[in-house]
Amino acid sequence: MSASHSRLRLKTRLLAVIVIVSNVLGNFFLSRGMRTGEAPDFLLAALFNPWVMLGVSLLVLWMLSRMTLLSWADLSYVLPVTALGYVLTALMGKAFLGEYVSAARWAGIALIVAGVSLVGGTPIRTTPERKQDAP
Amino acid sequence: MKWALVAIIVAATSCGELLQTHGMKNHGEIRDFRPGALGRAFRRVARNPHVAASVLFMAISFFAFLSLLKIADLSFAVPATAAAYVVETVLARCVLKERIGTRRWAGALLVACGVALVAL
Repeated sequence: MSASHSRLRLKTRLLAVIVIVSNVLGNFFLSRGMRTGEAPDFLLAALFNPWVMLGVSLLVLWMLSRMTLLSWADLSYVLPVTALGYVLTALMGKAFLGEYVSAARWAGIALIVAGVSLVGGTPIRTTPERKQDAP
Repeated sequence: MKWALVAIIVAATSCGELLQTHGMKNHGEIRDFRPGALGRAFRRVARNPHVAASVLFMAISFFAFLSLLKIADLSFAVPATAAAYVVETVLARCVLKERIGTRRWAGALLVACGVALVAL
């Protein structure tokens, strides 16, 4: 494998980690923020809750990092790989919220991990690169 | 009604992500990660009509998902909409012309089943 190939793989993995972690933590803080205290009278008031602000910022990071990843990686690569977020959500629920992980959920986690390791070994980009416009 | 909403969610998510991928590929690979360059890249991306349309579809998908959650459990909503993984992989092949080998098909199917199981 050439140096540019392994560089692309490293860049893709790093960004995939950012996409996954920002999504999981963003949803986690958002739901934490929405559940604390009494329900606000109108939804906009929730935006001033620090947990909600943190959650929303992380979800903005999620969206931008995912778009960046899609600027070179196949959709059929990004989609399964970022499903690792479901695994992280389940494990965080168990570790921090004491949630019960049923046998079916463990089986689902195993299937996702197996699927991601299969897809992770396939070429990141299979479509031709478009020539960049002159700036 | 439940299944009609599932169909809307799957269709809108698939259209949105397809358009977004197309728009980002049109923009070209983002290589410069310095804050100034990233800011310029995203300002350009925001003017991309495919990306703008993708945001509209994702908003439709988001509000349809919220409506689904009003009439169905999360443990129904997430596995049912996991069908989008398969639909989008098929569309990525047919519309975006991505080359999907046996290994990626197998992985995508495993992931879709896994997502459905995790949410049960």
